[in-house]
Amino acid sequence: MSLSNKISKQVKNIPRSGIRDFFELVLGRDDVISLGVGEPDYSTPWHIREAAIYSLEKGETSYTSNLGLEKLRESISRYVSHCFEVDYDSSSEILVTVGVSEALDLACRALLNPGDEVIYHEPCYVSYDPSIRLAYGVPVPVSATVEDGFSVKAEEIEKLVTSNTKILILNFPTNPTGAVMGKEELQKIADICIANDLIVITDEIYSELVYDDEYNHVSIASLCGMKGRTILLHGFSKAYAMTGFRLGYSCAPPEITEAMMKIHQYSMLCAPITSQMAAIEALENGSKAVEKMRQDYKKRRDLIVREFNEMGLPCNLPGGAFYAFPDIRGTGLTSKEFASALLEKQNVAAVPGDAFGANGEGFLRCCYAADVKLIKSALDGFRKFLVDIKG
Amino acid sequence: MDQLIQLLQENARHSIADLSDLMNLSEEEVESKIVELEGSGVILGYAAVVDSDKVNDSGGVSAFIEVKLTPERGGGFDRLAARIAKFDEVESCMLMSGGYDLSVVISGSSLHEVASFVAEKLSTLEGVISTATHFQLKTYKSNGFLARVENSGQRLPVSP
Repeated sequence: MSLSNKISKQVKNIPRSGIRDFFELVLGRDDVISLGVGEPDYSTPWHIREAAIYSLEKGETSYTSNLGLEKLRESISRYVSHCFEVDYDSSSEILVTVGVSEALDLACRALLNPGDEVIYHEPCYVSYDPSIRLAYGVPVPVSATVEDGFSVKAEEIEKLVTSNTKILILNFPTNPTGAVMGKEELQKIADICIANDLIVITDEIYSELVYDDEYNHVSIASLCGMKGRTILLHGFSKAYAMTGFRLGYSCAPPEITEAMMKIHQYSMLCAPITSQMAAIEALENGSKAVEKMRQDYKKRRDLIVREFNEMGLPCNLPGGAFYAFPDIRGTGLTSKEFASALLEKQNVAAVPGDAFGANGEGFLRCCYAADVKLIKSALDGFRKFLVDIKG
Repeated sequence: MDQLIQLLQENARHSIADLSDLMNLSEEEVESKIVELEGSGVILGYAAVVDSDKVNDSGGVSAFIEVKLTPERGGGFDRLAARIAKFDEVESCMLMSGGYDLSVVISGSSLHEVASFVAEKLSTLEGVISTATHFQLKTYKSNGFLARVENSGQRLPVSP
């Protein structure tokens, strides 16, 4: 009996993640200098871990409300109001989820009917396309180009809007490019969404990690007329270095929150209580630790981007997240060829850009949430590799 | 705080090349800033932070001593405190608020050596009213460094 016939068509039609292919290549090797990760190199700040331990010691091991602990939702409401300048009711508009990934899946499943189209900008985080497909939606990628600093243009989005378009997914700052979006362009996008009655899912997981003093992160949810049509996704993984706690949340109008909660309660029931207790501590007392990490990332960003440009791999200065996205087209190699040969010859890992969408081809994602010494030895590897292939 | 001071406080062994990369300054600029910080007494010195529990041949001991002083007209505690601080045995010496005046950390090769320093040198100084000596038993954290380094867990080499 062939079990592959038993797998659903929907799942079969989803291609394997390019990251996974590359991961397997890396896994077979020892002492790889890796810029391939998508998470902070710090452990969770101690006071947050300690809050989790304390909660376990007190015996807090039960289910919580499906929406998440009330105290956490109240903290989230205050935090979002302070940082994003948009107010959400903690009892009906906030849902605590198992990471932003779950929240994204819930949002797609709550809103999409078969055939509904979803526009999102590429290169992008690897989950968008599959999450849309698994919810029977039709993914419609719009290219964000290096010329625009990978910040998508409103008019490019507008060209793709059809009568079937239901959702626009935004992710600024962007994984894998570090792109950010200014308020002016965001306003134009908001106008398009209002004119075409689109729902926006905005994944703002990297919003604390922006580096330029003149740039303030603006959420599309805070623009006039947008709160009622926006699902704001955020979480604790990146800013608080809490990836393993698996905790995120969505802020959305009550009807949408209720629909997402319906799926969440039958599939996940609730997010782990230990993680929720840690998250309360993170929101209430974590800002100093976040600022320290942000300052460190900024120094590393400046270093890695400067060095890529100096060695002849043009690289935009990313406004946020912790990824540099250098252009390797000048070498004549594809992203995959470059990444595989770099791994083979110098034992340095960086993720091929096409893993994040077809138009990531010609680029590499290099995570600079890593120790400076590691970044410098990775850069040495790049330099030697470039000399090698020129020779 | 000054970026350079912060980096050196985290790791005084950062090379000039690393510092210049991290701060986007030339190596000459970094050197001259360091010379300036040293010259103006902002940077007092550089030393390894050592967990003496792990040094095999160390019979050494450290003690923290509470010292009560009689303040002097015109100078308060300064003259006497500076005098105490100059002894080689004294590792640190600070004026404190609260129940005593000086916090003095002393190190020596044996219990006896430290005790005799306190009895003969410290307590006998004109103006020292009393001392209370606490010997250090075990180090958990010193100058910002944990004595037992955490295993921060293995990250996957590639992740989304």
